[in-house]
Amino acid sequence: MYNKINASDIQALKKIVGSDCCLCGSEINIDYSHDELGGIEKMPEALVRVHSTEEISAVMKHAWERNIPVTVRGSGTGLVGAAVPVCGGILLETTKMNKILELDRDNFTVTVQPGVLLMELAAFAEENDFLYPPDPGEKSATIGGNISTNAGGMRAVKYGVTRDYVRSLTVVLPNGKIETFGGKVAKNSSGYSLKDLIIGSEGTLAIICEAVLKLVPLPQVSLSLLVPFADMKSAIEAVPQIFRSKITPTAIEYMSRDTILFSESYLGKQFPDTKNDAYILLTFDGSSVSQVEEDVKKVADLCLEIGAIDVYIVDTEERKKSVWSARGAFLEAIKASTTEMDECDVVVPVNKVDEFIKYTHQLADRLGVRIPSFGHAGDGNLHVYICRDSLCDEEWETKLKQCFDLMYEKAEELGGLVSGEHGIGFAKKSYLRKQYGDTPMELMKGIKSVFDSKNILNPEKIC
Amino acid sequence: MNILVCIKQVPGSTNVEVDPITGVLKRDGIQSKMNPYDLYGLELGLSLIEKYGGKLEVITMGPPQAKEIVNEAICMGASGGTVLTDRRFAGADVLATAYTISQGIRKMGEFDLIICGKQTTDGDTAQVGSEVAEYLNLPNVSNVLSVEDVDESKITLSASMDEKLVEMSVKLPCLISVDGDINSPRLPSYKIKQTLTDDMIKFVSLDDFDDQNPQNYGLSGSATQVERIFPPDKNKEKITIGGDTAQQAESLFELISKLKLI
Repeated sequence: MYNKINASDIQALKKIVGSDCCLCGSEINIDYSHDELGGIEKMPEALVRVHSTEEISAVMKHAWERNIPVTVRGSGTGLVGAAVPVCGGILLETTKMNKILELDRDNFTVTVQPGVLLMELAAFAEENDFLYPPDPGEKSATIGGNISTNAGGMRAVKYGVTRDYVRSLTVVLPNGKIETFGGKVAKNSSGYSLKDLIIGSEGTLAIICEAVLKLVPLPQVSLSLLVPFADMKSAIEAVPQIFRSKITPTAIEYMSRDTILFSESYLGKQFPDTKNDAYILLTFDGSSVSQVEEDVKKVADLCLEIGAIDVYIVDTEERKKSVWSARGAFLEAIKASTTEMDECDVVVPVNKVDEFIKYTHQLADRLGVRIPSFGHAGDGNLHVYICRDSLCDEEWETKLKQCFDLMYEKAEELGGLVSGEHGIGFAKKSYLRKQYGDTPMELMKGIKSVFDSKNILNPEKIC
Repeated sequence: MNILVCIKQVPGSTNVEVDPITGVLKRDGIQSKMNPYDLYGLELGLSLIEKYGGKLEVITMGPPQAKEIVNEAICMGASGGTVLTDRRFAGADVLATAYTISQGIRKMGEFDLIICGKQTTDGDTAQVGSEVAEYLNLPNVSNVLSVEDVDESKITLSASMDEKLVEMSVKLPCLISVDGDINSPRLPSYKIKQTLTDDMIKFVSLDDFDDQNPQNYGLSGSATQVERIFPPDKNKEKITIGGDTAQQAESLFELISKLKLI
């Protein structure tokens, strides 16, 4: 078993990070016991705010010698309990390591510390005429967290996910050793990709201290279309037809009127159109107005042909803000509309999105629970929320379990997977095990034990 | 009711550079858009004709390509519009602009209500609306937040006087300038865009006006001249507040009180 943190551990940790950056007991804010979704809660014994790779290494050396569990936390915006210190021990916060270290204009890379926020990186890239394409909805997440979950976001349809933009990682292993995996190279066939093992490992294999990320030239033109449909069925069914047109939008999001109204009331700001039951929001980008306009015209014509009520043009900064700020607030808005909720972040093949969404609607009717959803219709990653509303404890637990069991079962039947971008963490472990079975889980455990034979780094997560 | 909304084409980005020698905005190669403040006026006008019936037209002054924003207004629901365009209008200040627009409005016909945005994002004077009203001898209200009611002879509305809200009835016809953020402007429709025809837009020049004296327009008709335009220095000073939640709240309160923000 793990050792509890004692006074001499605190003294050692304070020596490493400074007295004001090592807190324990009641000095630690209750918010450090959970992540953004809540539900999984445990206070750490010590909270350590690190400033450098060397400090992380020294903390890990101490924890390794003393057999103390360590959990890494960025902004705490996760949704599956991955950053909750379920075994107690040290919670290592990286938000003070928030420097953008280098912009390499020749290699199109940016080197960052793990605590840089996604919104800071996005703004920095744009100021320098580059784009960092991964675009998860939670802009206040740290890059370290994004890499740890292999976050995707709305632009994944065209640009891919975080993994596609990580060139190299400098990490601290559980025993405190500092290593760099990958490099500023475009190709790499040099043995097992240890860098890729770290990406998406949710802080279980090593601690990310520095990342070299790939950038692309900033598209000069970007334009969105908000396409209203009479109902969700027609909206979702339009997506595969858009793909068949062979034009790849940057993003394809779907949203229902209900979700938009939650967002209006949450933000206190009206959405430009709420007359229709369902919408898809498409974005296009490119290097010239004529190229983007050509794509937009083809897709707009197609949408009208297949039954869209209209196609609204979202072309200026103000219009984009009015539409995308509502989209960005959906999670918080749904959360504010109910007493408690849990989320299913499945990913299914793109041509099965409509079938899965229709299934969640049937499930909501059958089980008598509210299941609003929104998500990335263009990459098959759906965010489905089961809302507690006025259900009593017993009903809530039963119905939530039923919903999850049936939804993950359906996703698997359609060729999908448990998580598209939020990760497994602590909350979705049983569903991962159920889908993958023994062999893949044993392989994962084997990988974990090679990196961390003492199992001190973020124990009880993923596998 | 017949509504006219005054609109203007402005640079599409907020990061527009100023020519250090001439002091003029560098517009070459920059995409343009409808002045965001005018969109609130347009939305208000469109919602009024939806409720009370009638039609809405727009007017703009600028180079021939300003027809793009008239088309945009039609895609949002306007029935048509007029572009006041003539080289002799160039270089107009607030006074000459307001006079030109008032001449254009006289040429377009009778309107029950003329709506302007609060200001433009490139000129920022917030004076043109009121001066147009003066030239047309119409009652004028600025900073309008909402319209409560319209009947045959008057409009009932709320306007902001900074620390007070004023509710008033104003005789029609009149001119109002609306505040920003008072509604969520609707988006242009691609479906309407496909039906646009050339006859929806009229181009009007000095030769069409009642007053054809060129001395009253453009640079010659301007009472002021711009000497230099420059961006103000940006304040990048940051203050980090430490301590626990209660201490942070206390420090923040003290700070914003000291700065007289509350």
